Amino acid sequence: MNIVVCIKQVPDTETQIKIASDNKSIVTDDIKWVMNPYDEFGVEEALRLKEKFGGEVTVVGLGPKRVTESLRTALAMGADKAVLITDDALEGSDSLAVAKALAAAIKDLEYDLIFTGQRGVDDDMGVAGASLAELLGIPHVALAVKVEVAEDGKSVKVHRPVEGQTLVIESGLPVLITAQKGLNEPRYASLPGIMKAKKKPLDEKSLSDLGLDSAQFGQEGRKVKVLELTPPPERAAGKIVEGETPQEKAAELARLLHEEAKVI
Amino acid sequence: MSELQEYFGETHNMVRNTVRKFVDREIRPFVDQWEEQGEFPRELYRKAGDAGILGIGFPEAYGGSGGDLFHKIAAVEELMRCGSAGVVAGLGSLDISIPPILSLGTEEQKVRFVRPVLRGDRISALGVTEPNAGSDVAGIQTKAVRQGDHYVVNGSKMYITSGARANQLTCAVRTGGKSYRGISFLVIESDTPGYSVSEKLRKMGWWASDTAQIFFDECKVPAQNLLGREGQGFYGIMENFQAERLQLSVMANMTAQIALEESVRYSREREAFGRPISGFQVTRHKLADMATLVEASREFVYRVAAKIDAGKNQVKEISMAKNFACMVSDRVTYDAVQIHGGAGYMREYLVERLYRDNRILSIGGGTQEIMKEIISKHILGK
Repeated sequence: MNIVVCIKQVPDTETQIKIASDNKSIVTDDIKWVMNPYDEFGVEEALRLKEKFGGEVTVVGLGPKRVTESLRTALAMGADKAVLITDDALEGSDSLAVAKALAAAIKDLEYDLIFTGQRGVDDDMGVAGASLAELLGIPHVALAVKVEVAEDGKSVKVHRPVEGQTLVIESGLPVLITAQKGLNEPRYASLPGIMKAKKKPLDEKSLSDLGLDSAQFGQEGRKVKVLELTPPPERAAGKIVEGETPQEKAAELARLLHEEAKVI
Repeated sequence: MSELQEYFGETHNMVRNTVRKFVDREIRPFVDQWEEQGEFPRELYRKAGDAGILGIGFPEAYGGSGGDLFHKIAAVEELMRCGSAGVVAGLGSLDISIPPILSLGTEEQKVRFVRPVLRGDRISALGVTEPNAGSDVAGIQTKAVRQGDHYVVNGSKMYITSGARANQLTCAVRTGGKSYRGISFLVIESDTPGYSVSEKLRKMGWWASDTAQIFFDECKVPAQNLLGREGQGFYGIMENFQAERLQLSVMANMTAQIALEESVRYSREREAFGRPISGFQVTRHKLADMATLVEASREFVYRVAAKIDAGKNQVKEISMAKNFACMVSDRVTYDAVQIHGGAGYMREYLVERLYRDNRILSIGGGTQEIMKEIISKHILGK
């Protein structure tokens, strides 16, 4: 069973995000970059399926050179080879453009399954996976928390949580599945794995290598434009309810909740 | 322009990321609770073993993860980020108890006593210090008398890190005459008849690590558990100290680094006389001094580590590095508490723990005074 996992590199979830002076992007200077956590679930699931069914796991990333580190991490976890789509013209691309580039890199690979994260934790668009499936002309099953591939390796059942229930969707292969939290607990990249990863193949592809027109990518090619980024409102100071007795305090609290907060 | 010479490369950074993730997921959320409870769950050894973290720096042939000294340093630095040096010391008791087995032991001993420890299935501790012998290693009194295919061990080991729940103790015993030449290493398993353990000792710091006294009463240890030959123990202990001193230096640097970061953060938040205390020159200069010391100490320790990694003898330099790093962490943790004022005396603030945890670093693995003895002997001759 050959599996492709798409990997996005995102700011570490603990990073303090600062908005850049253009009000449309973030300051990337001091950011620590990590593999998108949802993609990590995809890598882990692919590795488990490979351990059961054999085959190869290929990880595909897109972005500047630094994305290599996330791809190497996936290789250190146990993936077999990596492809990095890197091109200056990609800077500023939207999800659809990213899906186009991924589709061009993946279409000639042999695959039975594709995993992507259900969304990137940076922009939270959640579009790339579905768009990629559409461009490749294969089914797409979103938000997997459990993936059961049939013993004959020809179909898959995917569990998705819906309002406290579980929806089980069956699909033939190949299929694209987007990974959700709860799918698995990703393994750590161990030092022996890290050393082995140095020798695993990592191919770099530019847009022209993939036969793509760079005019469709970057800021110019965006279908979705970012107008403005604003920080969440600062939390206002708390209020201490005054009063001599518990009764007075309770009455004052009730008044504030009714008149000021207007919640009761 | 020439390329910057770096101690850490891509693989080191990846190890750092792995350990950071491990700390975020498996340690940090629980660390305050473990500190108060006085130990961390045994299960953590297994988890760290599974992630290959325990094995960093040990040969793959015996279940280790391989790697050089800077992989080890990267791992220790990131583990220290959990905020509890006790957790690091507890997980790290194998780092001082396994090397003698690897350097003196037979193939059979290495397979039997190293593999399960690096996997996290068994806990390993080092037993050198005794109630009446600490820095004076040659004064060890625990006796091991050969009787047929056994040694009968009598005596006691004191302040043993991971001692309360260790499954095996790499233990220095006296098999011969009074001098250092009479000392040997035995691996003593905790289920050996005659082996018993005190209650956990109550300590100033390192609360999350268990420390105990261990007693041997006619303890019958198979002679096949002897590491190397009789009389090789002292050499084994001394050789082992290099790695331990480096590790303690790294721990001191990280303790100081974290104390500095906490102080920078606090001084920006805390207001006095109508402005953040980071606006007062007295605070700014204090922070500048702290940062300078931390920087100098870290660079010094890295340099000595690089020389050790290249096989150079650094007995004098590592003694200097340990003393320097501990002097820096003494000063920086003191100033960090001072900057925090009353808050720094409260358990709620990390600097309170850093201040306590720091105190052992200039005692364990060779006291500050012993380090100075070593350094002065190198300068003046014996």
